[in-house]
Amino acid sequence: MLGGGLLGLEAAKALLDLGLETHVVEFAPRLMPRQIDDTGSAVLAHKLSQLGITVHTGKNTKKIAGNGKLEGLEFTDNTSLDIEMLVISAGIRPRDELAKSCGLHVHVKGGIVVDNHLRTNDESIFAIGEAAVHNNMVYGLVAPGYEMADIVVNQILGEAAKQFTGFDMSTKLKLIGVDVASFGDPFGETAGSIPIAFQDKHNGVYKRINISHDGKYLLGGILIGDASQFNIFHQMVANKMPLPAQPETLIIGSPGKNEEGAGVKSLPETAQICSCENVSKGDLICQITEHGAISVDDLKKKTKACTGCGGCTPMVNDILKTTLESLGHKIKKTLCEHFEFSRQELFDIIKVKGIKTYDALLNSVGKGDGCEVCKPAVASLLASIWNELIAEQDTIQDTNDRYLANIQRGGTYSVVPRIAGGEITPAKLMAIGRIAQKYGLYTKITGGQRIDMFGARMDQLPEIWEELILEGFESGHAYGKALRTIKSCVGSTWCRYGVQDSVSFAIFIEDRYKGLRAPHKIKGAVSGCIRECAEAQSKDFGVIATEKGWNLYVCGNGGARPQHAKLFASDVDTETCVKLIDRFLMFYIKTADPLTRTATWLNKMEGGLDYLRDVVINDSLGICESLEVEMKELIANYHCEWKKVVENPQLRSRYKHFINDDEPDSTIAFVEMRDQKIPVDWNKRNI
Amino acid sequence: MDHLPTNNPNSLKQLSEMDLLNDLSQPYHGVKTWFRAARVQDFPENGGACVRYKDLQIAVFNFTRRNEWYACQNLCPHKMQMVLSRGMIGSHQGEPKIACPFHKKTFSLKTGECLNAEECTIMVYPVRIEDGYVHIGLTG
Repeated sequence: MLGGGLLGLEAAKALLDLGLETHVVEFAPRLMPRQIDDTGSAVLAHKLSQLGITVHTGKNTKKIAGNGKLEGLEFTDNTSLDIEMLVISAGIRPRDELAKSCGLHVHVKGGIVVDNHLRTNDESIFAIGEAAVHNNMVYGLVAPGYEMADIVVNQILGEAAKQFTGFDMSTKLKLIGVDVASFGDPFGETAGSIPIAFQDKHNGVYKRINISHDGKYLLGGILIGDASQFNIFHQMVANKMPLPAQPETLIIGSPGKNEEGAGVKSLPETAQICSCENVSKGDLICQITEHGAISVDDLKKKTKACTGCGGCTPMVNDILKTTLESLGHKIKKTLCEHFEFSRQELFDIIKVKGIKTYDALLNSVGKGDGCEVCKPAVASLLASIWNELIAEQDTIQDTNDRYLANIQRGGTYSVVPRIAGGEITPAKLMAIGRIAQKYGLYTKITGGQRIDMFGARMDQLPEIWEELILEGFESGHAYGKALRTIKSCVGSTWCRYGVQDSVSFAIFIEDRYKGLRAPHKIKGAVSGCIRECAEAQSKDFGVIATEKGWNLYVCGNGGARPQHAKLFASDVDTETCVKLIDRFLMFYIKTADPLTRTATWLNKMEGGLDYLRDVVINDSLGICESLEVEMKELIANYHCEWKKVVENPQLRSRYKHFINDDEPDSTIAFVEMRDQKIPVDWNKRNI
Repeated sequence: MDHLPTNNPNSLKQLSEMDLLNDLSQPYHGVKTWFRAARVQDFPENGGACVRYKDLQIAVFNFTRRNEWYACQNLCPHKMQMVLSRGMIGSHQGEPKIACPFHKKTFSLKTGECLNAEECTIMVYPVRIEDGYVHIGLTG
């Protein structure tokens, strides 16, 4: 990549994305010489080197070597670099040939010289954009081009036109996770300006602000590694907002998200929010208060804000939120642009209208063609309400549900047969071993006490399942937002401490709810005594044996934000325990938002655990009977999805990579690790 | 861009006679081969499938609801995975799109542009239906 400017670095990222060994060569002693200083460049270069881009600064290219084929670059310091491909982004050369031949004044370095009216030396000829030189500057970005066009059009139409007095070249970009921003006067060239800088080498963060000599105003600055404050700093410069008493607090310490929202409130109405399309805060507020805009999409459509670089989207979001709040709006929770309803509302609509397909629902209460948000959400609702074969509507399912297996790196799938309660006979263990070996699958014991077989090609899935079913296995629904496993400890049959038969109860529960689809995956566990070896308190529902019966816990979670399950009912008998779980699960399925685990569902529930107890145990809403009936119907409708597919030639025929060729995907590749195969690391894949 | 067939009155006439089912504003310049991929009924309704053309993998999508067809590269540029044909189709403000099954990066099927992230633009191909077969327009 010849050129380490803004565009050069963006292009270098694209080269890296193509899997190429990428070098950036820059003539100036630093990267992005127009936007950032030496320290900023060093921080950025270090970050880029971590990503695998080698940076060469201060390199004057003497020669592009090779004959008929590119071989290398030679530099004036007598060093060289072997290359096979060269991308050049080394600044702007204005196309001024026509102007020159017409006798217009051109700059010594190229470009048509214009005045503040963008007029050339011939008063009836204007020049704008990259062809023009204004005050020794060529502007290579689109925004100044728009402004220039605006000014010239107004003059041609004989309307009042402002003058062009230069353009704010503040910029923010992101290079694979590296924020880079430069705003106002980044180098502190204003007379008397005082720089304040903060550098964190450990995290690759550099922040510099330049303040006026009296400490009252922000003049400009540079942000590398963390540009979250770019918008607000940029506004502070553009609107001459007063600085706090200790301006260094602006860059030391990490800004919370709330500050950004509050920051928006303090901006004047004239503040320019979208610099690409020149949209002010006042313009946005007017759209919300006068013209009924209620979403960022509305604002985008009406003002074009966020449609250029998109950098202003967080601020537009904040302005929308604070303005709507000030109007007393409560924002309606809708699934997506295709359905103006919440999941819970759609549940009732589907049930009341007896809707069985996604298309029928879309025709009835939706619009457009659907998307990757509403399709799986509705698929889950249909499954939770009717429990019909999901493979009948395969294209509305997420890929795992579409192919009834879990997609893994490299595009192969993993296979998980159900092993209820984690109990398995030696014969079945051997069957899994035999089948895994036959198809060359990687095997691993899962956290849910079953065995996962990885690396199956899509076309192999029906054959593998045919064999598993012959051996007595069923689908484990590991691919679905559905009941996964009921983990158990060995309990009173073997364990000297056990007080109840936890394995039998776990198998009973797992068989009862297998195939049950929900807003998210559901996991359970049963422990045979208070020692809690099955970790039931980390599950969506957990049961722990007591001397008198069972303690039922609900809404626990492992994962990213672990949460202990809450004690829901104590010392209940088996029948009551099952009845409570029936009601609890059905209430969750009916009321939770898409992709909400039980823990989050409870955390957001008004009234919390007491309310949940009131509904499920005390029947405060009078719905318990219907919850039980609905659960009974779902259980009665259970089927092994894989058995249905294996037995149905038409469903089976969908399992091939190419529609016009029986060959498997030839790009699938594996390497070996600890005597098993694993997919080639996708960050190192070259196709 | 120097050889747009639209500059040529003959190719304009040809284009208008073709049974082009996707967006007519898309230029078909450079299409040299119309590859006969598979029968219409082989493709799932409102979904996609992968077509092999020599070493090329092309994802073809049947927008049954709109009576439109689209095609794009099968490779998702985010993690270099051959999976786009297995993704969910849909629309964003009316624009037909495909969501990659891995991380839900979405791409416009008209322009190939990534709609919800900064991934690079993917290749899209014109599609036409003739004699009950799906044909993909290829430039090579």
